[in-house]
Amino acid sequence: MKGKTIKVDILARVEGEGALTLKIQGRRVTDVKLEIFEPPRFFEAFLRGRKFHEAPDITARICGICPVAYQMSACHAMEDAFGVKIEGPLRELRRLLYCGEWLESHALHVYLLHAPDFLGYEDGIQMAKDHRGDLERGLFLKKTGNKIVSVLGGREIHPINVRVGGFYKIPGKREFSALEENLKLAREAAIETVRWVAKFPCPAFERDYEFIALRHPEEYPFNEGRLVSNRGLDIGIREYDQHFIEEHLAHSNALHSVLKDRGAYFVGPLARYNLNFDKLSPLAKETAHASGLGPVCRNPFQSIVVRSVEMVYACDEALRILQGLEMPAAPAVDIQPRVGIGYGCTEAPRGILYHRYRIDDHGLILDAKIVPPTSQNLKTMENDLWQFADGNLDAPQDTLQRQCEQAIRNYDPCISCATHFMKLKIERE
Amino acid sequence: MSSPSRTRILLIGVGNPLRGDDAAGALVAKLIRDRNCPSFCVVEQNGEGISLMEAWASEQRVIVVDAVSSDFSPGTIFRFEVTQEPLRGDLFRNSTHAFGLPEAVELSRALDRLPHQLVIYGIQAKSFEIGTALSDEVETAAREVARRILKEPELLQDKANPTLDRDRRPHGNA
Repeated sequence: MKGKTIKVDILARVEGEGALTLKIQGRRVTDVKLEIFEPPRFFEAFLRGRKFHEAPDITARICGICPVAYQMSACHAMEDAFGVKIEGPLRELRRLLYCGEWLESHALHVYLLHAPDFLGYEDGIQMAKDHRGDLERGLFLKKTGNKIVSVLGGREIHPINVRVGGFYKIPGKREFSALEENLKLAREAAIETVRWVAKFPCPAFERDYEFIALRHPEEYPFNEGRLVSNRGLDIGIREYDQHFIEEHLAHSNALHSVLKDRGAYFVGPLARYNLNFDKLSPLAKETAHASGLGPVCRNPFQSIVVRSVEMVYACDEALRILQGLEMPAAPAVDIQPRVGIGYGCTEAPRGILYHRYRIDDHGLILDAKIVPPTSQNLKTMENDLWQFADGNLDAPQDTLQRQCEQAIRNYDPCISCATHFMKLKIERE
Repeated sequence: MSSPSRTRILLIGVGNPLRGDDAAGALVAKLIRDRNCPSFCVVEQNGEGISLMEAWASEQRVIVVDAVSSDFSPGTIFRFEVTQEPLRGDLFRNSTHAFGLPEAVELSRALDRLPHQLVIYGIQAKSFEIGTALSDEVETAAREVARRILKEPELLQDKANPTLDRDRRPHGNA
C-alpha cells in the first residue's frame, strides 16, 4: 500500500523534541503526531522546597515571551492559598501589566510569525523587504507593549517587580503618563493591523470546537473569573483538577491536556473572543465588526484577526486604566503564609495558564502543577491538522507542509514553529 | 566631542540563568560589570529578538554573548562580526523563543538597523538542564570570553575583522 509521511522537524531545543509527523496512506491521513512543546514539569520539580514568594520569579523564567502570565498565575495561586484578594489600584495595575504583555506577544506573533504565512513569505525577515512599513508598525506595537511591561513589571525599577501581594515598587505618576502618548498611537496602529490582516486570503476551515476561557461578570478576562465553555462548562478555578486531566502520550514528552469525558478543547484569543465578546470595549467590538467578524468565530485561521482585535482592546484598556489611575496606598498587601493549596488561572496571551501549589506551614512549596495553554491546545492542533490534511491531499507536498505550519501557528504555540527552526523532510513509504 | 553612545560598547549578556549553561551570557556580563570599566555599558536579556533590537537600536558598537548549541565540544568559543556576514542561525538553538538572536540580527539587517559594529560571542554549552550550575568547561570559557571582550575596544577601534574566528579550545588551562 503506497503511502507517505510528511515530517516537519523542529530543531528548536537541545533537549530534542519538536516534530510534526503526518502519515498518509493512499487517500487518507492515518496518523498525526505533534511534538512542539516541552512541558514545564521540570520546573515543577525545581519549585519544590522553594519559598512561596519565589514562585513568580522562578516561573517567569519558564517562558521568555510571557513572563507576566506566569507571574500572574503564580501570584494569584499563592494569594488564593493565603486568603488574600487584590483589589482597587493594585488590581488595575495588574490588568495594565497584562495589557502590555498581550500587546507585545500578539504583535510579535501577528507580524513576524503568522502574517508571512498568509502573504507567502518564508519568514518575517523576507517579508520585511517588501512590507517595511507594515513591519515597522508591528515593531512599534511590540515596543509599546514592552514599555508597559518594563515600567511596571521590572527591569527598569527591579529585575522582577511583581510579587505575591502586589509589587515591590510602584512607578511614579510621570512614568505612567509617559506611556499614554505611545498608547494612543499604538491604538491606531492596532486598528490598522485589524484592517491589514482582515484582507489576507484565509482558508475556509471550521470545526465544532469546545472553547474554554475565563469569564468575569464585568470585564474581558485577564486574572479573574470562572472557567466556562460553549458546551456548558461553568466551574470555579479550584475545580480545575476535577474536570481536566493530562495524558502522557507514548510518542513524546508532551502532555495532552483534555477535558474528562469530552476530550480536546481550545483555549486562547478565539476562545476568549467567542465567550466574552460582549465584554470587549466598544472600539474593539466596532473594529471587529468592521473587519467582517461576527461575535462568534470558528475558523482558527481567523485567529490572526482576533489577536489583532485583542491588541485594540489591550490599548483601549491600558488607556482606560492610565486615565483613571489612583496611586495605591502601598505597593503590596501584607501576606501571611499558611498551610494550604492555592489555585490560580489567568489568561496568558495564548490562553488559560493554570498554576496550583501546595504550601506547608513554613510557606515552602511542597508541590506544584503548571498547565500552560500550549499543552491544552495540543490535541486540538493535532485534530485540526488531521482534518485539514485530509481535505487537502491533492496539494503538492511542499504546499501541504507550508499549510500545516500555518495551521499550527493559528495557535501561536510557545516555541512557536518559526520557519527558521524547521527542517522539512518528506519521507515516502 | 564624541557622545557616550559613540565611544562606549554595549555588552548584552543573553540567556536564562536558571537553565544550566544558558547562564553563560549572564556570567560574562557580571564579570565585565564587576570591572567597572567606563568603556562598557552592560545589560542582560533573555534572548527575545525584538528586545535585543531595541537594546542595540541607537548604539554604535555592540557585543552580544550567548550560549550556543552545536556539535563542537563544550567550551568552544565562537566570535562573529555580523556586520560583515550573516550569523550562523543553526548554532543558536537553545532559546525558547521563535524570534531570537539570529532573527534579530537578520531583521535588523533588512531594516538597516544594525549597529555600526556588532560582535557576537557564542560559547558552546554542555547542558541546559533546569536549575543546574554552569559546567566547568563553560565557566572557563566564559572567563576567557570576558578577558577577550576587555580587549575589544582596541579591536573595534580599527577596521572590523571580517573573518569568522573560531577556537577549538579556550586559551589557558583546558
